[in-house]
Amino acid sequence: MKTCNLALAGALLATAALNAAPPAAPVKIGFIYVSPVGDAGWTYQHDLGRKQMEATYKGQVTTKFIENVPEGADAERIIRQMAQDGNTIIFTTSFGYMNPTEKVAKTLPNVTFFHATGYKSGANMGIYNARFYEGRYLNGVIAGKMSKTNVAGYVAAFPIPEVVMGINAFARGMKSVNPKAEVRVIWVNSWFDPGKEREAAMTLIAQGADMITHHTDSTAVVQAAEEKHKEKGTWAFSYHSDMAKYGPTAQLSGTTHVWGDFYTKTVKEVLDKKWKGTNVWGGIKDGMIQLAPMSKSVPADVQKQVKGLEASIKAGKFHPFAGPVVDQDGKERVAKGKDMSDSDMNAMNYYVQGVASAFPKN
Amino acid sequence: MGLDFLSSILFATVVAGTPLIIVAVGELVTEKAGVLNLGAEGIMCVGAVAAFAVAYHTHSPILGILAGMVAGMAMSLLFGISALTLMANQVASGLALSIFGVGFSAFVGKPYESVALASVPLVPIPLLHKIPVLGPALFNQQGLVYFSWVLLGAVAWFLYRTKAGLILRAVGESPVSAHSIGYGVVRIRYQAVLFGGAMAGIGGAFMSVFYTPMWVEGMVAGRGWIALSLVVFATWRPLRVMIGAYLFGGCMIMQMFVQGSGAKVTIPAQFLSALPYVATILVLVLISRNRGTIRLNSPASLGQTFLPDA
Repeated sequence: MKTCNLALAGALLATAALNAAPPAAPVKIGFIYVSPVGDAGWTYQHDLGRKQMEATYKGQVTTKFIENVPEGADAERIIRQMAQDGNTIIFTTSFGYMNPTEKVAKTLPNVTFFHATGYKSGANMGIYNARFYEGRYLNGVIAGKMSKTNVAGYVAAFPIPEVVMGINAFARGMKSVNPKAEVRVIWVNSWFDPGKEREAAMTLIAQGADMITHHTDSTAVVQAAEEKHKEKGTWAFSYHSDMAKYGPTAQLSGTTHVWGDFYTKTVKEVLDKKWKGTNVWGGIKDGMIQLAPMSKSVPADVQKQVKGLEASIKAGKFHPFAGPVVDQDGKERVAKGKDMSDSDMNAMNYYVQGVASAFPKN
Repeated sequence: MGLDFLSSILFATVVAGTPLIIVAVGELVTEKAGVLNLGAEGIMCVGAVAAFAVAYHTHSPILGILAGMVAGMAMSLLFGISALTLMANQVASGLALSIFGVGFSAFVGKPYESVALASVPLVPIPLLHKIPVLGPALFNQQGLVYFSWVLLGAVAWFLYRTKAGLILRAVGESPVSAHSIGYGVVRIRYQAVLFGGAMAGIGGAFMSVFYTPMWVEGMVAGRGWIALSLVVFATWRPLRVMIGAYLFGGCMIMQMFVQGSGAKVTIPAQFLSALPYVATILVLVLISRNRGTIRLNSPASLGQTFLPDA
C-alpha cells in the first residue's frame, strides 16, 4: 500500500513537473496510418508498437490513430486536425506523409512530429526508419541454400530506394551462398492489391522460382506459395509481419519490423522534456528488425549459419553491402574493404549482380 | 517449358478475366434495361465480404457464392429503391452505393481480416482437360470460370432470342413506348437491377473465396470500375465483354510474365501496368469512330429516370 502511494505520488510529481499543468491530464499521442490496421503488414506492425508504448505509460498517455489516410493533400488536413484535437506527439507512418508533416510541423511548434521512412526533419520533427535490408540479406542466404531451381521471385511495389535496397540485399545474400542464384522482380505498382500480388507470385512460380518474397502489404504472396508448395515445392519469406499463420508450411522465415521499443523510448524522451531531435535508422542491433522465426524446414546447418551472420550484423562486424558491391552492368559501386554509406544506400537506383531483371527506368 | 509456359499464361489470364466477365455481364443486362448502376465496385466489396464470412463459417464455397449473390441483390435493391422508386439521379445513386459498399464492407469485415480460407480445388472437365496446352488452361479451372461461360451464353441467348429479352431491351430503348403498350417498366428494371447486383455479388465472391482467397479491406481494388468500362468497351454486346475481359486480364498477366522471366526488358514497369488501361482506351476510341455501332447497341434511355405518367 505504502509503495503504491509512493509510486502514485512519484508519478504525480513527475507529470506535474513535466506539464506544469493539472497532473491528471494524460498526454495525447496520435498516429496516422496509410492502410487499414488489419492482421498483418506494415501498418499492423506500427499499431503493435503503439499498443506497447501505450501499455508502458498507462495513465500517462492516451493514444489515438486514424487509419487508411491517403498520402497527399488529405493527409495534411488530417494531421492538422489531429494536432488541433490536442495530440502533442504525432507519428506519421508512411513515406508520402513527409511533405504534409513538414508543413504542419512548421506551423505548430508546440507539437512534436515523427515521420517514418522520410528524410526531412526539423526542430519539432524527428525521422525514423528501419534497416530492412539486414533481414533481407539473411532471408536471401536461406533462399540461396535451399533453392533447387536457383531462382527467387520478388513481388515489389514501387521502384524507390527502400524497396530496391531490399531486393539487392536479398540477391546478395542469396548469391553469397549460391553463385548460380538469380532474383527476378515483378513490380505490381501498388502497395496493396492482393489479387495482383497473388498473380505476380503465381507468375514467378510458373516461371521456375521456388523462393518467393514480397515488398507489398498483403499476405497474398505467402498464401500463394503455401498453395503451390505441394505441387512445386515453393517456399516463402514474409515481410513486415511474421505471416506463418498464412503459410504454415511454405514460410521459411521473414523480415519483421518492431517499432514498439522505439516508440516507447522516444515518447519518454519527449515526456521528460529531454528530446533533442530524432534521426533513427535502426536495424537488428536496435531490435527494430527481427528475423521471423525460421521454420523447421530450414536445415540445422543453415540455421546455424544465418544465426552466426545475424550475430555479426548485430555486432557491427558484417554489413550486407560490404564491398565489393558490383552492379548489374559490372560497375563497381563500393570498393573492397569498405561498407556502403547510409546516404548511398538511400539513393540506390540500380540492381546488384544476382538480380536478373532489368532495372525499371523512370 | 515452352508449352507449359503458354498454358500457364492462358490459365492466369482466364482467372484474371473471370470476375470481370461476371460483373460486366450483370451490368450489361442492367444497362440494357436503361439503368446505369455505377455501384458495381461497392456491390462487389459487400458480396466479397458476405461470401467470405459464410464460406468461412460453413466451410462451403457454394454457400459462400450464394451469400455473395444475396448480398449483391440486397445492395442493388437499395439502388433500385433510390433510383427507380424514388427516382433519384442514377449516377449519383450508383456512386453513393459504391462509396457506401467499400466502407460498409470494411466495417463488417473487420473480424474476418485475420482468418485464412483453404483454397478451393480446381474442377477438371473429363476428357477436355487432357487436350495439350488448352486443356490445363481452360478445362482444369475454378467452377466459376465455367459458370462465367454459361452465363455469357445464357445472357446472349436471353437478350437476343427470347421475348422477355426483347421486352427488356425495349424498356431500355424507349421506356415510354414499352409502358404505353402495357409493360411494367419499373418492375422490369427492378429485375434487371437485381440481376446485375447478384452478378456483381458473385464477382465479389469469386475474388474473396476463389481468387485470393482471403478478405481484406480494399481487395476488390477497382475491378468493379473496370467491369463498368468493359460494358462500354464491348458496346453492350455480351460476347465482346468476354473478349474485353480476357484482353484486360491478358495484358495484366503478360506484363507480369515479361517481368518475371528475368529478361532484360527496359520497358518501365509503370507503362506495363498501365497497358491494360491504355488498351481499353484505344479500343474505345476505335469503336467510337463508328457512330453506327454505338447507336445500334447502346440503350437509348440509358441513365434516364422513368416517370410512369410522363
